[in-house]
Amino acid sequence: MMELDFSSIGPALPALWNGMAMTLQLMVMGVIGGIVLGTLLALMRLSSNKLMSNVAGAYVNYFRSIPLLLVITWFYLAVPFVLRWITGEDTPVGAFTSCVVAFMMFEAAYFCEIVRAGVQSISKGQMGAAQALGMTYSQTMRLIILPQAFRKMTPLLLQQSIILFQDTSLVYTVGLVDFLNSARASGDIIGRSHEFLLFAGAVYFLISFSASWLVKRLQKRITV
Amino acid sequence: MNYNWDWGVFFKSTGVGSETYLDWYITGLGWTIAIAIAAWIIALLLGSLLGVMRTVPNRLVSGIATAYVELFRNVPLLVQLFIWYFLIPDLLPEGLQEWYKQDLDPTTSALISVVVCLGLFTAARVCEQVRTGIQALPRGQEAAARAMGFSLSQIYTNVLLPQAYRIIIPPLTSEFLNVFKNSSVASLIGLMELLAQTKQTAEFSANLFEAFTLATLIYFTLNMGLMLLMRLVEKKVSVPGLISVGGK
Repeated sequence: MMELDFSSIGPALPALWNGMAMTLQLMVMGVIGGIVLGTLLALMRLSSNKLMSNVAGAYVNYFRSIPLLLVITWFYLAVPFVLRWITGEDTPVGAFTSCVVAFMMFEAAYFCEIVRAGVQSISKGQMGAAQALGMTYSQTMRLIILPQAFRKMTPLLLQQSIILFQDTSLVYTVGLVDFLNSARASGDIIGRSHEFLLFAGAVYFLISFSASWLVKRLQKRITV
Repeated sequence: MNYNWDWGVFFKSTGVGSETYLDWYITGLGWTIAIAIAAWIIALLLGSLLGVMRTVPNRLVSGIATAYVELFRNVPLLVQLFIWYFLIPDLLPEGLQEWYKQDLDPTTSALISVVVCLGLFTAARVCEQVRTGIQALPRGQEAAARAMGFSLSQIYTNVLLPQAYRIIIPPLTSEFLNVFKNSSVASLIGLMELLAQTKQTAEFSANLFEAFTLATLIYFTLNMGLMLLMRLVEKKVSVPGLISVGGK
């Protein structure tokens, strides 16, 4: 049997904090980019233009049927090539940029479905009333429909963000030093990898668990 | 540097034995399917048991199931995989540990870790679906079964579960598809499943875009195929009288 000794975690906390900062940065950028892109996709999907809605539908189906790990790996290898084709010269991009792009594009597919369901849950009369007041389509969406839809779907958006928080650990595959990777590196150096792994798991658990709990409370308050 | 497109790359020899790159993909797909199905069996059995436990009128029993779900849902899959692969073997008793680390082929021990990890991870999700299915049934079902003198285990096996499974086929399908997608983490502990074979093809052939395009096509086809299949199953077994996707 092995013995666990957690005393070495204290001195490693600054390194671990840097890792956590990276994880949070990836998550926040992924969520913001994902929601913006996802909302655009949702509007395309709901549009009466067949071509637009089919393009958005294909995008969503495509990204939802492949693993996130594959997207991260592919983007990491492909983004430098694509940039070279566009700009014509070597543009060095780090693993961070390619991972952020991968998260944004992947999460957009999931956020799109949430936003679409949110918009569809708004009663038709709202749309009719806004149009009767002479608002254009974009004004109706921007000022009437989307604000109400976003309020309704806040819990779902937050829940999806918690999932992304956990999924950011997959950047391990491209060697980015996020929280999990910094824990693994710190633990390997001093030969205490088990303790650091358990510690990382406990931290992920505490954050996700308490965030989910808060979201559940928020949901209850909203649905009253 | 220019990129040389070559869609015929999959029929070329890899230089390893007499294999073509396509052979690598087929082997990889085989591993992916094997991992996913083995993990799904664990997930379905354990998830159903936990789902039932969560609805049983006993605080302790349902509390255990709730704790399980919270634990396995709030720790990232990759952390769980590392725990199963790097940590748990060290906790095993001496003899078992030696067998796992030295007698077993490295591929087999990695496979065991992934299957157990993915199975237990997915069981937490299946549990929630089974619970939702049971709770969605009209309360009269349970009461009627009780009035007819069924025991608790009979109520579950003969009345509640057969109906619950039929209601939750769509969410179960998406969990099943998630197992396929999640099995790609096996590539991170050296198992040569589909994603690992794809990476290897991209490195060996330098035809990065072709390699990953084929991989996404395979995942996409697998997903769509299974989804259509499950839609047929869903229509066949839908519970009469309940509103469902396939219903009239």
